[in-house]
Amino acid sequence: MLNCKQNTELLSQAQDRPTTLKERLQMRMHLIACKGCRNFEKQLAFIRKAARDLPRNW
Amino acid sequence: MAMLISDASLSTHTVMTTANDTQDLQGQRNYLLRYAMLQLRDPHLAEDAVQETLVAALEGRAKFAEMSSMRTWLVGILKHKILDILRKQAREPQLNVAEGESEDDLIDSLFAKDGHWSTMPQTWANPEQSLENLHFWETFEMCNQRMPINTARAFMMREFMDMTTEEICQELSISTTNCWVLLHRARLSLRECIDMKWFGKGKS
Repeated sequence: MLNCKQNTELLSQAQDRPTTLKERLQMRMHLIACKGCRNFEKQLAFIRKAARDLPRNW
Repeated sequence: MAMLISDASLSTHTVMTTANDTQDLQGQRNYLLRYAMLQLRDPHLAEDAVQETLVAALEGRAKFAEMSSMRTWLVGILKHKILDILRKQAREPQLNVAEGESEDDLIDSLFAKDGHWSTMPQTWANPEQSLENLHFWETFEMCNQRMPINTARAFMMREFMDMTTEEICQELSISTTNCWVLLHRARLSLRECIDMKWFGKGKS
């Protein structure tokens, strides 16, 4: 099972490259058990959205 | 013959729209400057990039007649100018290259030895509402400024200039793995900063 550090690495890479089925299963397994990483996952998506919206607020 | 006719109609069009275009281009200056500053972090270089963009825009405005959005078109030119400047910088190594980006201090500080969170990320309250708040964007930009320059650059290339990881690796002359690490570090760092400075849930 992935630890939080490894899982956050994968969650981040999932924004930059296609993940394998195995990786997706590993992440899901971890996320079921870990509230901190579930929050992290949502926050990553939010940060991406914010970065892309930034220029619209100039 | 057909070529000649289209050339002639093109130049008439150009002459007629010159005054308006120049005004419109000036109106886009501030936007372009902010964009360039985020990437270059140097007012002089940002100014250069924007100047060159506006000159290129004026020279090529016949082409613009076919484009739907002036801003999209200008940003497209600006991206190239920014990358030109970054490439030139890479060829003439300067003092501000590394500033503590080699170590994994940030990552180590966030996780315990066993790889668990030192402090678990807490839920953010109403993040969508923050996007409507001008102060949030000040915080967001400030958090970007706090990142080491190469980390911020990689992140902005990815999310802001919409480049692929492959393109970023090439521009920064780093391996794909390094690129992922930089991007990951950028996201961790931004998350920490926004958590602390905006959502106020982090430990003080």
